[in-house]
Amino acid sequence: MTVVDMKDLASTAKITWCPGCGNFGIVSAFKSALVEVGADRERVVIVSGIGCHGKIADYVDVNSFHGIHGRVLPLATGIKLANPNLTVVGFSGDADCYDEGWDHFCHAVRRNMDLTLIVHNNMILGLTTGQTTATSQIGFKTKSTPFGSTVAPLNPIAHALISNGTFVARGFAGDPKHLTGLMVEALKHKGFNYIDVFQPCVTFNYLNTYEWFRQRIYRLEEAGHDYTDRQKALEKSFEWGDRIPIGIFYKEERSTYRDNLEHLKNKPLTELPLEDVDIAPILESMR
Amino acid sequence: MKVNDFSFLIGGEAGAGISRSGFLLAKACMRGGLNVFGVNDYQSLIRGGHNFYIVRISDGEIYSQPDQVDLLIALNAETALRHKDELVSGGGIIYDENDINLKAEPLSRKDLKLYPIPLKKIVVDELKEPHNLIMRNTVALGATIAVTDYDFALLEEILRDTFKPEVAESNIKAARKGYDHIKQNFKSEFEYRLKKTDTAGRRRIFLSGNEAVGLGALKAGCKFYVSYPMTPTTGLLHLMTSNERNYSMIAMQPEGEIAAINMIAGAAFAGVRTMTATSGGGFCLMSEGLGMTGMTETPVVVMVGQRPGPSTGLPTYSAQGDLRFVIHASQGEFPRVVVAPGDIEECFYETMRAFNWAEKYQLPVILLTDKYVVESEVSVEPFDVNRVGIERGSLITDKYEGKGEYGRYEITETGVSPRAVPSAKGTIVHANSDEHDEYGLTTEDPVTTTAMMDKRMRKLSAIVKEIEERNIEAIKFYGPEEAQATIISWGSTKGPIREAMKLLKSEGVAVNYMQILYLHPFPKGEVEKVLLRAKKTIVIEQNKTSQLSSLIRDHNLRRVDNKILRYDGRPFNPGDLSERIKEML
Repeated sequence: MTVVDMKDLASTAKITWCPGCGNFGIVSAFKSALVEVGADRERVVIVSGIGCHGKIADYVDVNSFHGIHGRVLPLATGIKLANPNLTVVGFSGDADCYDEGWDHFCHAVRRNMDLTLIVHNNMILGLTTGQTTATSQIGFKTKSTPFGSTVAPLNPIAHALISNGTFVARGFAGDPKHLTGLMVEALKHKGFNYIDVFQPCVTFNYLNTYEWFRQRIYRLEEAGHDYTDRQKALEKSFEWGDRIPIGIFYKEERSTYRDNLEHLKNKPLTELPLEDVDIAPILESMR
Repeated sequence: MKVNDFSFLIGGEAGAGISRSGFLLAKACMRGGLNVFGVNDYQSLIRGGHNFYIVRISDGEIYSQPDQVDLLIALNAETALRHKDELVSGGGIIYDENDINLKAEPLSRKDLKLYPIPLKKIVVDELKEPHNLIMRNTVALGATIAVTDYDFALLEEILRDTFKPEVAESNIKAARKGYDHIKQNFKSEFEYRLKKTDTAGRRRIFLSGNEAVGLGALKAGCKFYVSYPMTPTTGLLHLMTSNERNYSMIAMQPEGEIAAINMIAGAAFAGVRTMTATSGGGFCLMSEGLGMTGMTETPVVVMVGQRPGPSTGLPTYSAQGDLRFVIHASQGEFPRVVVAPGDIEECFYETMRAFNWAEKYQLPVILLTDKYVVESEVSVEPFDVNRVGIERGSLITDKYEGKGEYGRYEITETGVSPRAVPSAKGTIVHANSDEHDEYGLTTEDPVTTTAMMDKRMRKLSAIVKEIEERNIEAIKFYGPEEAQATIISWGSTKGPIREAMKLLKSEGVAVNYMQILYLHPFPKGEVEKVLLRAKKTIVIEQNKTSQLSSLIRDHNLRRVDNKILRYDGRPFNPGDLSERIKEML
């Protein structure tokens, strides 16, 4: 069933995000992107982890797997490998992806799994009422760092680039139109499509507010950035402070993990017959 | 003279091809119509140390390794010195006379037959293969055939079937050298002989428990196998990856066990039969994911191959210390099935059945094995591939035709809801690790929470009912009805117990034996019937705290009379075991 209208994606669940939460921008951008690409609602699967972001599984009426903390990527990987005809989109948070589940990130990137990962990066743990995460700024005071974080934040964009990512982008929840564009690009691109999204937490993050971001961000595409140049992309990924870039850092076409499993010819595992598997040749080798 | 009841031990340093040589000789014996049982003992290292492989050979049924061996094939001095006391009276030692000066060593056994043979010299001077010293194993194999007066042609046949033609020929040459050396230099005086039987031929198969589980998985239609290497289950990973292309499947090594359990959960959600395997440490990492499969009602099969803990423990040895752990692993309460195969056949058939339990009842199934059963290699009749059919339960792959909107967690009498896979027409599928309503949407409502827990747990009763109605063997009973004592065990202790029973029977001691195959849901009624008839109960386990005894106490409110426990990583030996059983009668 093709999505023609945002209404097709409306869920009956009551939204429990705080008013003004950056997640609203992300969910509306995602719905618009599905409408724009004309996705088949019954063939879209979203996977989410634990944190405020995870509730998105209830708020968009497509298939979903709301898993456990930090494991969006292996779950999404299993779904996509089993059935490549599904459009698999993982939603994760900064703690969910860059803290608890960090080990999965570089492996999903280097495998070039054909799926989209959208990270709701609010630089704080929201659902546990305000603690530090891997992307919290130095000096940032939270309940778990009452004297200010002393550790430099992780640079996930740079990590994705050096892990040989094929689609590396950053968006801003305060600019849903631009974010929709990035998501459309991601949904159309074959490979591991990674979008880190600045998502202001209006309740717990007093520092990285909508206003803070608006004063700093600029669009890479308007600055003449060449997204086919990984070195340039890497330079841009380190840009932080007064000016912070959003948009596509890097993009290339490369075969995916499953493309390289030539014996399957992209056939879904779900369509293979289970009956009459012939184990006689192996038994013969054991005689 | 003793014919066709024989055991040998081949030992040497790690990396010297010990298990390969044991494997070849074992197969040559199987081809001669004999039953073989091979067990390896190796350390967690790649070179050096001490490895050995024991093969027992008989024209009768055998279920385990023996207490003593008849022949040592000592590829280094340590093997001879360490194992000389395991030799029977009149046993022999084949060794390289230039490496080991056995006469000078205080062997302190005058009853042994020594077969010195210049293994290395033959390889270097006669075969001209100085860079291929591993060939001395093959020379020793040829010597073994000569010492036992067995049929050389059978070894030749196995070498041809195992290696590429040129490699096979040079090995046959090496084996022939060893054979001739013995025949020319020693009188035929060895008491223990091997002889080809009427049932010689290519019918039976020789395989490990890991391979039996792998075959069961392939036959059951497993299309997605993901596991991170961990002894003793790595052999299963190797079987699956090497067959990935022939069986149109994906067999992959992920970044760790947490990834493995989550990947298979994803694939199972998408509608594929899927499996992982690990040992205790990896299963610890999988625990949270396991709970997620319970909560989301996602069918997965997990094989846990136990080894001694706690923590890293003895990584290459065997144990049964994880029974309680796998039954309770992960937070909260959810239904699961725990089955413990006790031999190679059960490894195959219970794996096939495991996929059925998983899909029909939409839950995780744990195959609880150990190093002893998954790495021992046994000759068996080829499996009956039609014994266990494929049953997928309530699965919607194509189109939902039910009334109203599809709900993944619809409340039903059995607790099993119709399981649509994403992309089935007319459905939107929500799987949710949070407590959820019938549609899979998150809820914190107390009434729904209670109803959902009840629904999930009802599946256990439905499984118990199916086991009863279809007469599925949740326990197995061996031996006479009337007995002085009833032995109770689970898993791989089955082999040594059945051997011990043979010994006891020959001494006129009657014991019978209940193997508990299904540990969860616990076959309370079946166990009760046996307990009520038992004069005395003896639980035998490879752990410290007798976890099975505690399960029996939980379910049957009965204390067992005696326990025989071993927790040094080594399997029970049948002779030892029968003595300990007798002490308790």
